[in-house]
Amino acid sequence: MIKIKKLSDIPSSEITPESVYHQRRAFMKTSSMLGTALLLSPWAGVSASVMIGDYQKNVITLDEELTPEEDATSYNNFYEFGTGKTDPARNAKDFTTDDWMITVGGACEKPGEYSLEDLIKPFAIEERIYRLRCVEAWSMVIPWLGVPLASIIKSLQPTSNAKYVAFTTLHDSQRMPGQKRSVLRWPYREGLRIDEAMNPLTLLAVGMYGKTMPNQNGAPVRLVTPWKYGFKSIKSIVSIDFVEEQPQTTWNMEGPREYGFYSNVNPTVDHPRWSQKKERRIGDIFKRPTLMFNGYEEEVAHLYDGMDLRTNY
Amino acid sequence: MLDLSKMLRSSFAKPVLFILCLVPISALVWRAFYGDLGANPIETITRDVGDWTLRFLLITIAISPLRQWFGWTVILRFRRMLGLYVFFYAFCHFLIWFVADHSFDFSEMLEDIIKRPYITFGFSAFLLLVPLAVTSNQSMVRRLGKRWKQLHRLTYAIVMLGVLHYLWQVKADYLEPGIYAVIAGLLLLQRVDFKKWFDARTSVQSSKPA
Repeated sequence: MIKIKKLSDIPSSEITPESVYHQRRAFMKTSSMLGTALLLSPWAGVSASVMIGDYQKNVITLDEELTPEEDATSYNNFYEFGTGKTDPARNAKDFTTDDWMITVGGACEKPGEYSLEDLIKPFAIEERIYRLRCVEAWSMVIPWLGVPLASIIKSLQPTSNAKYVAFTTLHDSQRMPGQKRSVLRWPYREGLRIDEAMNPLTLLAVGMYGKTMPNQNGAPVRLVTPWKYGFKSIKSIVSIDFVEEQPQTTWNMEGPREYGFYSNVNPTVDHPRWSQKKERRIGDIFKRPTLMFNGYEEEVAHLYDGMDLRTNY
Repeated sequence: MLDLSKMLRSSFAKPVLFILCLVPISALVWRAFYGDLGANPIETITRDVGDWTLRFLLITIAISPLRQWFGWTVILRFRRMLGLYVFFYAFCHFLIWFVADHSFDFSEMLEDIIKRPYITFGFSAFLLLVPLAVTSNQSMVRRLGKRWKQLHRLTYAIVMLGVLHYLWQVKADYLEPGIYAVIAGLLLLQRVDFKKWFDARTSVQSSKPA
């Protein structure tokens, strides 16, 4: 099961701005070691991922074997770089994420254009090992590095009109060649209800396996909602909007009967074309039973109290 | 210069083709041995074997038009072997799914066949292949006579089911199954005798009292 470190277990030095200072020192060291003066932060200007110097290890762990890094970085659904599983690793090689900006808008006190670094900087990066369950019935176990989305949302001070959070992926077919074909209606959009976004499990991830986010996994910044099907975890985010109405989401627009807004992992509600009862953990031959909310029932089930999960799929 | 028709007529042609048809499955075994099947080997194998089933199926139904268009009567003698390879690849495709996806659970497999249209199509196509494989030998051809030809027209239904099986499971990118659908469509349309159909219609019309 999941072990969450109590806040008291974390030395105060790790959560004070001082740790941020050390963290930044660590980036600088890494950067200079690589001899790339351009690398001001680990997620700036990299096409290959580099080590992240300082983060809180094992903030959330799992007694399950990690998916080999090679598998997690070579088997990807990231249609912006092609629809085949091995396309993203190949086609995202030259994707540059220098000076990545995120536009924050809608119902909040602090709208504006933020550099990713400024948005993340005030918070300590945590390592969290989560299950990832794809709607296609395969799964992985991935050690993510990121910041709880709740911390970032709080810093942006949403107003009472912020009922949902909408996210958008970069739309630039020059940089994302998969967007040259209209297999989906670009840009990719996702959204969460504000309480889902504020749930302690929800992570804004900037890395995995101790390194900055590989391009094929959603560099430089992506969402991770481990109790939802993988497609909810939107990649290469360029905008975050606080909105009053439930936002449109890409796969729901594509097939409203097949992909709901919530898309919580639920073995009892089948996708109309395939079963969700079981999944194949990458590396296994046989399938294993899928867990309710992907095994995060304790943490998230309360969000859906009184909701019919058959209609709100 | 190479004489194609002479090569096709040679007694080596069949054994060579037999071995060629084993290349796709041998390549998979080779890749499995060297751990080159990617992060999800079962999926890679299932997809690849499925692709080859469809490819062999289309090659098999291309034999007759190729003979008509280019006068390659000689290739007709490869059709039975190609058809049997369709069955072989379909059987492998089915077996991997039954074993790896359903861990030999028969009732669960049946539920999947009934509930999921793409599996319904795929499994029906596989079932229809069985009588064709069973009646493929010379003595069955002789015993069934005229009915053999009628029975083997099931191939056309199998092609349609096979293409639907692929199309129906795609999430967003229809390009690849679309290519198979177009090729299959052309090969099936080629068999429709439009002239006869047209003549029949016009003769009905002209026989109407003025």
